[in-house]
Amino acid sequence: MDALIASGLPTKKDERYKYTDIAAALEPDFGLNLSRLPLSFDPRQTYRCRVPGLGSRVHYVVGDSVAESNVIVDDGRLFVGPMVEFAQRYPDLFRAYYNKVEGDSLTALNTMLVQDGIVIRVAKGCKVDDLLQIVNLSVGNVPMLANRRQLIIMEQGAEASILCCNHSATGCNNLATEVVEGYLANGSHLQYYSVEETSDNCNLLNTTAFMQHEGSNLEYGSITLNSGLLRRSVKIEFDGSNAQTTVSGLVLAHGTSHIDNNLLVAHNAPLCRSDILYKYVLDGSSTGAFAGKVLVNAQAQKTDSQETNANLCVSPSARMFTQPMLEIYADDVKCNHGSTVGQLDDTALFYMAQRGITPEEGRLLLQQSFAWDVLQRIDLLPLRQRLIHMVEERFRRGIGACGDCVMCGGNEI
Amino acid sequence: MLEIRNIHASVEGKEILKGINLTVKAGEVHVLMGPNGSGKSTLSNVIVGNPQYTVTAGTITFNGRDLLAMPPEDRSHEGIFMSYQQPVEIPGVSMNNFMRAAVNAKRKYQGLPPIGGGDFLKMVKEKRELVGLDADLTRRSVNEGFSGGEKKRNEIFQMAMLEPQLAILDETDSGLDVDALRIVAEGFNRLRTPQTAAICITHYQRMLDYIKPDIVHVMLDGRIMRTGGPDLAYRIESEGFDWLKETTPNS
Amino acid sequence: MLKSRVKSQEPRVKNDNTFVRDVANRDYEYGFTTDVETEVIECGLSEEVVRLISQKKGEPDWLLDFRLKAFRHWQTMEQPSWAHVELPLIDYQAISYYADPRGRKHKSGRQEIDPELEKTFDKLGIPLNERLALSGVAVDAVMDSVSVKTTFKEKLAEKGIIFCSISEAVGKCPQLVRQYLGSVVNYRDNFFAALNSAVFSDGSFVYIPKGVRCPMELSTYFRINAINTGQFERTLIVCDEGGYVSYLEGCTAPMRDENQLHAAIVEIVVQKDAEVKYSTVQNWYPGDKEGKGGVYNLVTTRGLLKGERSRLSWTQVETGSAITWKYPSCILQGDDSIAEFYSVAVTNNHQQADTGTKMVHLGRNTRSTIVSKGISAGHSQNSYRGLVKMSDKAGGSRNYSSCDSLLLSDTCGAHTFPYIDVNNDSSVVEHEATTSKISEEQLMYCNQRGIPPEEAVALIVNGYAKDVLSKLPMEFAVEAQKLLSVSLEGSVG
Repeated sequence: MDALIASGLPTKKDERYKYTDIAAALEPDFGLNLSRLPLSFDPRQTYRCRVPGLGSRVHYVVGDSVAESNVIVDDGRLFVGPMVEFAQRYPDLFRAYYNKVEGDSLTALNTMLVQDGIVIRVAKGCKVDDLLQIVNLSVGNVPMLANRRQLIIMEQGAEASILCCNHSATGCNNLATEVVEGYLANGSHLQYYSVEETSDNCNLLNTTAFMQHEGSNLEYGSITLNSGLLRRSVKIEFDGSNAQTTVSGLVLAHGTSHIDNNLLVAHNAPLCRSDILYKYVLDGSSTGAFAGKVLVNAQAQKTDSQETNANLCVSPSARMFTQPMLEIYADDVKCNHGSTVGQLDDTALFYMAQRGITPEEGRLLLQQSFAWDVLQRIDLLPLRQRLIHMVEERFRRGIGACGDCVMCGGNEI
Repeated sequence: MLEIRNIHASVEGKEILKGINLTVKAGEVHVLMGPNGSGKSTLSNVIVGNPQYTVTAGTITFNGRDLLAMPPEDRSHEGIFMSYQQPVEIPGVSMNNFMRAAVNAKRKYQGLPPIGGGDFLKMVKEKRELVGLDADLTRRSVNEGFSGGEKKRNEIFQMAMLEPQLAILDETDSGLDVDALRIVAEGFNRLRTPQTAAICITHYQRMLDYIKPDIVHVMLDGRIMRTGGPDLAYRIESEGFDWLKETTPNS
Repeated sequence: MLKSRVKSQEPRVKNDNTFVRDVANRDYEYGFTTDVETEVIECGLSEEVVRLISQKKGEPDWLLDFRLKAFRHWQTMEQPSWAHVELPLIDYQAISYYADPRGRKHKSGRQEIDPELEKTFDKLGIPLNERLALSGVAVDAVMDSVSVKTTFKEKLAEKGIIFCSISEAVGKCPQLVRQYLGSVVNYRDNFFAALNSAVFSDGSFVYIPKGVRCPMELSTYFRINAINTGQFERTLIVCDEGGYVSYLEGCTAPMRDENQLHAAIVEIVVQKDAEVKYSTVQNWYPGDKEGKGGVYNLVTTRGLLKGERSRLSWTQVETGSAITWKYPSCILQGDDSIAEFYSVAVTNNHQQADTGTKMVHLGRNTRSTIVSKGISAGHSQNSYRGLVKMSDKAGGSRNYSSCDSLLLSDTCGAHTFPYIDVNNDSSVVEHEATTSKISEEQLMYCNQRGIPPEEAVALIVNGYAKDVLSKLPMEFAVEAQKLLSVSLEGSVG
């Protein structure tokens, strides 16, 4: 609370919030579910979102409450369950890891208002085979503000894959703040993918922070298929040598949606690698923003970093802002970045037309192939195939057509 | 000319050379053979003074002078030239400017005034023809966009320009087809005099068909295991290196 | 090496720093001062000072109004801090805003310039005598707040070209100055632009009439000499339809332990089918090896590509100044206009540079190219900051940017801050950047060929900067190459 009052909410004058008006996003009079009224709704009955071919354990978060129908996993090797529960069972661990992220006033707002969240803890040397899935559902008949939290603890040598899906089950305007904290101890390996498939009136302010220790490996992916205002602020920090991260982002925006990805990869240790690829396809009057900063501190010699941001504006009123930044204080480094904003290749369209492919089909194929190489970076094959399918459906049939969910189309509850 | 005594050298803390002894006299061509990782390239890098290699013991003298005490450029001025296996590209620096800088640095070392523009171009033309290098290549940036063959030919051209006493050819034959190899080797042979010597690192006998060696050394695990005449190279070509592993190093 | 001579009316320069000065002297060969009687107004800035400057220059009322408006606006502003440099809060009351080295001779009405001044410019390699001048280069020599001499004025006038100091232009062609002054850089633009608009001293004015190709290179040479003065020059170039001009700017300053402020504005207007090339070789005193002294070079330079098919090209070689804050920009207003920005910025010791460009595409089918090469050594910080903006009206436009940084030490920093805003669906923007250290392999290869390390670094850096240096006019390209080598002296251990 003090941090929030001290610094106030970020404004567009703050360099990191240049492209997104936070005050405007918070302006509507949102209701908070403070009295913890149980929502008469079991997501397990109505909502299935699974990845075929992967054994997955799904944990639902409805609004800002962890669904009661979730089965808590706690076998000494793996904990998946509500934060409140975790704090009771493992108070020391909770204190050691919770809210260690150096956040801004939005993080402070979340910390102040958050009521529960999901904790995933993978014990030392433990390898989790099943995909751990978290589904966040936006609900409510009145505009709601939900404050969510995730805490991920990967102990030494642990391995896990997490898929986080954000969906909407309401037609009402709503806003979520979300803070994800992840700790990767020496030699641990985490795959974390986040899929945003809500609706025009769902807004999300996300802050994600990963701390990577020696030899750890993070694959972070964020795929935005449908959203209103989305702001993701991701910070990945290397605290030990020989760690690596692969960051992949795909944004498909339409209508008036506003997608802002703000990424900071801080190299504080030598011999780390970061590989960043973000791609945007902007249709309608959507706005895309990408600010990716690679910071290489003096001690981070032999850093190898590659950052690419490519964007397609496919409608006259779509806008893209991009800022791929390098800030380098070490000399023995290899850092490249590249950024492009462009359109579909006319020659390719014509070539396809000459082979009998309609312009619409041609555009679809080109957009899909543009998105292709981001999805190719997803290691889990079933998940990759599922996402390729979802992206194709999204291009082919428009928004809200993931093809599998009962909730698609944003039915009200 | 070159006296290497008990050289031990390491790279990034790992010992690669474990006591090398080698004497090269004027007029001689030595061939250094050996499997990958046996230390051939390390030895040549130590001779030219690449700072990535640390000499932990031993001495090298060149014409009686302590080579290890000299910075790489002075070793070059003293007459040591290395033809690189993979010559580095230097974008934006034309071959002509590069060579003029090299030639003038050597002249300064020798107490001579810088070479005149006209004389320099005449020299370039002469040496270029000697190794059959396209005029166009000397106007381009150093090694940038050169084909494998062009790079190697460019190395021999630079050797012609700098007129070294001792040339080290580090796998100059690799990546070359037979015709290119012949041109490069002929260029090298034209530059040979009774006062010069060469160390030629190679995997293949075919290079030796063009450059007649006097002495052949075989390196294994950081040591010279066997020294012999040209026939040793033929035996390696047909039998490989394994038979040597059972034998003991020659003194 | 010239020993600094201290002028009678100046405070004595402290001698406790002789050793450092001598060391620095070897590298910065323009660090001498000129012993001329200089009329310096009292330090401090107020409305009275603004009026006094205007009065000294005998300016018309509209120009005084322009200055006062800017001054009042400046008073409401704060010194900006967004750049990646550590710029101390400057005491604007400790600076004198007007210094005239022509002294009393000017007032006595004599036309010849002080031989000391002529000698100074000779020493800087800028002969003011037309017979000795570099062939085909006309020079406007500015020392401190006034233009000392403009060469070849008459010859250029034959073609209708106006090339003179801006003070002179105010009297000679007020309508042109009034029409264009502040039309590209508004006094509200930023803190330093407002300051300059209030107190600007001298600078060059160029007018190229319709259809005229300027037959020679025009150039301005800026020199700060007097102590504790700021230089606030103002350059205005108007190239009318179908005209062409190539313009060069060079700058040096004496070595002083105090920081000196230089806050200039350059405005360029390019009409239909006209072309302007603007080259800068900036070599203000960078401070000594410990980071003491040096010029704060805080300038606003911008061109308006007003007409269709107009072209503007900026080329800059920035080697001097303690702090550089400079973004030569282009507003591509005319359809099919073409803008270019080529930059080499070298920082060594404790220098800090935050430089780049803005390409604002407003017209259709406009093209811009950015090539930036940053070279950092010592303890310096070197940042590229650039904006490429495609407005919703700028359909079919293209930009290509390439920003490379070369690191020569492990104590310096190299940063890239590109901003790309695209507001339409038919423009293409491409940006690429690399940061690497000088290659050990390249150095070793040069060493093996007998080229010593210091020379090898100069060779490699010049090769690295070649794309940009090749854009400079011949006479300056050679100078710039030498400058690069000198700036980096002592940067390899």
